[in-house]
Amino acid sequence: MSDGMGERVSDAIVPGWEVVIGLEVHAELATATKLFSTARNEFGGDPNTNVDPVSLGLPGSLPVLNEKAVELAIRVGLALDCEIGRSVFARKNYFYPDMPKDFQISQYELPINGRGHLELPDGRTVGIERAHLEEDTGKSTHVGGGGRIHEAGHSLVDYNRAGVPLIEIVGAPDLRGPEDARAYVAELRAILVAIGASDGKMEEGSMRVDCNVSVRREGAAEFGTRCEIKNINSLRSLGRAIEYEARRQVDLIEAGEAVQQQTRHWNEDEGRTHTLRSKEEAYDYRYFPEPDLVPVDPSDEWIDEIRATLPALPRERRHRLAEAAGVDTAAAALTVERGMDDLAVDAIAAGADAARVLVHVDNNLADGAGRLTADAFAALVAMEVGGDLTATQAKTVLADLVASGGDPAAHAATHGFEAMDTGELESLVDRLIADHPDDWAGFVGGDDKERKKKSGFFVGQVMKATQGQADGRIVNELLERRAAGG
Amino acid sequence: MSASAAAIAADVRAGTRTARAVVEEHLAAIDAREDEIHAFNLVTADAALARADDLDRRIAAGEDPGPLAGVPVALKDNICTRGVPTTCSSRILDAWRPPYDATVVERLGAAGAVAIGKTNCDEFAMGSSTENSAFGPTRNPLDTSRVPGGSSGGSAAAVAAGFAPLALGSDTGGSIRQPAALCGTVGVKPTYGRVSRYGLVAFGSSLDQIGPLAASVTDAALVLEAIGGHDPRDSTSIPEPSPDLTGVLGGGVDGLRIGIIDELMGEGVEGIAADVKARVEEAAAALSAAGAAVEHVSVPSTVYGLSAYYLVAPAEASSNLARFDGVRFGLRVDADTAAAMNTATRTAGFGDEVKRRIMLGTYALSAGYYDAYYGKSQKVRTLIQEDFGRAYETYDLLLSPTAPTTAFPLGDKTGDPMLMYLNDVCTIPSNLAGHPSMSVPFGTGDDGLPIGVQVLAPALDEATMFRAAAVLEEAAP
Repeated sequence: MSDGMGERVSDAIVPGWEVVIGLEVHAELATATKLFSTARNEFGGDPNTNVDPVSLGLPGSLPVLNEKAVELAIRVGLALDCEIGRSVFARKNYFYPDMPKDFQISQYELPINGRGHLELPDGRTVGIERAHLEEDTGKSTHVGGGGRIHEAGHSLVDYNRAGVPLIEIVGAPDLRGPEDARAYVAELRAILVAIGASDGKMEEGSMRVDCNVSVRREGAAEFGTRCEIKNINSLRSLGRAIEYEARRQVDLIEAGEAVQQQTRHWNEDEGRTHTLRSKEEAYDYRYFPEPDLVPVDPSDEWIDEIRATLPALPRERRHRLAEAAGVDTAAAALTVERGMDDLAVDAIAAGADAARVLVHVDNNLADGAGRLTADAFAALVAMEVGGDLTATQAKTVLADLVASGGDPAAHAATHGFEAMDTGELESLVDRLIADHPDDWAGFVGGDDKERKKKSGFFVGQVMKATQGQADGRIVNELLERRAAGG
Repeated sequence: MSASAAAIAADVRAGTRTARAVVEEHLAAIDAREDEIHAFNLVTADAALARADDLDRRIAAGEDPGPLAGVPVALKDNICTRGVPTTCSSRILDAWRPPYDATVVERLGAAGAVAIGKTNCDEFAMGSSTENSAFGPTRNPLDTSRVPGGSSGGSAAAVAAGFAPLALGSDTGGSIRQPAALCGTVGVKPTYGRVSRYGLVAFGSSLDQIGPLAASVTDAALVLEAIGGHDPRDSTSIPEPSPDLTGVLGGGVDGLRIGIIDELMGEGVEGIAADVKARVEEAAAALSAAGAAVEHVSVPSTVYGLSAYYLVAPAEASSNLARFDGVRFGLRVDADTAAAMNTATRTAGFGDEVKRRIMLGTYALSAGYYDAYYGKSQKVRTLIQEDFGRAYETYDLLLSPTAPTTAFPLGDKTGDPMLMYLNDVCTIPSNLAGHPSMSVPFGTGDDGLPIGVQVLAPALDEATMFRAAAVLEEAAP
């Protein structure tokens, strides 16, 4: 467990109770072929077309490790600051029709990536316990009986996914609420995509989340009994499932019952979890070293070569922008998430006001930066800060720059945007004060809330009268000055 | 017995004999005695004749099909053959046709050999008498009241009966060498990783090796040269080319140091017959006469081999045989649910010995028992490897009996699994160590049936092992 999360107050679902969450994320690795054979690794496709003797577990077939998958796993390990070392594949034995060999080749005692950590946008760290390689299963479709295997008339199995390489990333129980959990998964996804390890598509199942949840009274030192929730298909269901499960567990304890260690199934439609199997019914997987494969022992040279090809990671990019902008990493997060941190850093370096740059990225560039250059961005912000453009005008010009590039002054001229004469603005404000004596009294004599409300009213009137050409900041300054008797 | 593989290939390559004539001759031999012996699960007569005709056309066109041109070879029925049923002598794979050839089958083909059929064996190679076949036992051609040994009993019987000059078997704990000894043929278990396992239906993956059974040391060498060498489709395949064996066969043993393993001569394991021990001592004397320095040596941990083997092999088998679940291939017995279908299929499809070993192996790997059973067996395995390592610091080769007795009557040991397992007490240590060893016929027992002497070598030194085997073959009574 990491020590970075200790100080935080949880976003409590039930007051007085703390939720403890640890996530196991499976991500399909973006290789051309499967983990142990040359069949294609491809989403979609007609059932049972991306198969070969190994994918189907035919007698006599043998696994041969895909070197690219190992490289991608090492990239993940490097990005999560894991200890990377000699690893051994193991067989996890259990019967299921969509598992061709009736065992899964995974890693057990010696995973390729050991302990590491992940940094959330707000700077807190979450422990990573391990990130190991394993093969995916096929997909079963149960026909009849409501789609559940026990009641189905018959089942169809598609082995296209069988043998697709997965990295299973086991997080420490460091998360304390649905927001934490969502932030962790979003950050992990961003990392996997950035390093080219996975496409991270939860909706196509290429990234899947199992969630361990327990609850304890706030301040308690021991963890409660945990339940593992499966079948979570989106960030939204992750949050919902945690909330439901935490409430269920608290209700049980408060009713004097004990939480049973279980694997539970999230039902998205019903918005609740169901028992899948109890601890007593848990499989004995009879792990043992996979005799058909040899240990993987990546050399330091190879690891260094891979390290040299890693792009800047989201956390590094946040720190770089935060430093350039003089803000904390949380304030830099959205810009990095939108991939506009280079643009922002360059605009700031070209002299732009950092706060305005981040405000524009967060509020006005949700659909991308288009043809906007750092220099034009800097020039626009300079015009705005210098009073040549109002915030509303700046937004309009920014949209022009995104759509067609070019110079902000030229776009401003095309729109006929000119800075309003301060004298003109002063007489307009004085006239409005005279026309609305009650509102003015509210502004001058009201509490903070009232004052804010009335300032909004006067600014709105000014904007209406000037068709948005006035600078709201200057109007506010004028109101303050008048109220102070100036 | 028919001509040697080496002689057949020489004639066929020279054009003095057609491949068709060779195949017809062997098919006639099969017709004459197969009903009595039951060496084969399937004789692929038509395919063999078509293949022979193709070879003859190529030879007529001036091509050289390779060192095994026109030589019939019998394949153990756990080796995958494209489009040809591969049953492992089990009902659960009855009539399954693999969509691919094992690497060894491809390589034999590339050397000019002609596959003539699939040989009977103990179900999934689990047994020492070929009585555990779902399709009935094979009989020893030298005395049909006796077993041919196992599990590659069909392959050994096919060679001994002259049905094919060459056969492939698989050896997990002695399944090539013990039947070779009981049928009076040569049988070789190569170094683990020397021959690709791609296409061999797995029993104990860390122990299994494919190897030749042949009427002579030279013929066995020809086969191993053809099938050995690195294969990228088997991750445990050793990245070395196939060894030159035929070129060194005449090298003799002058100056070699050879140790007779005391424990396998009855000073540790029980049940080694007096006539078997006598032949081993005579073989040692023959090697000594040829210039080797021979003495007795203790390899203490070999006595634990059998116990360790019966944990390691069943553990791996319990996992390897899980895939026979009725879903994708082979037998399916329908039932109401997928789990019930699995159970019904496996209950109907597997024989008693296979079920016994799946149970043993499942137990050995279970939570709470792993350390005491599978974990400990791995430690014994390491001990055996270390003991052999020490012995090979002093000796170039080791010597022992192959099997405790000559061929025993059918039904003699089927009632007592432990008694049956003891047949492999001398052969198992090589599998656990991953080292090569081979059985060479050396005289007969008091009952007139053949006795095999086992030559053991350190990893990858098949060449020295074959030199000693050639000396023994020459000196054999």
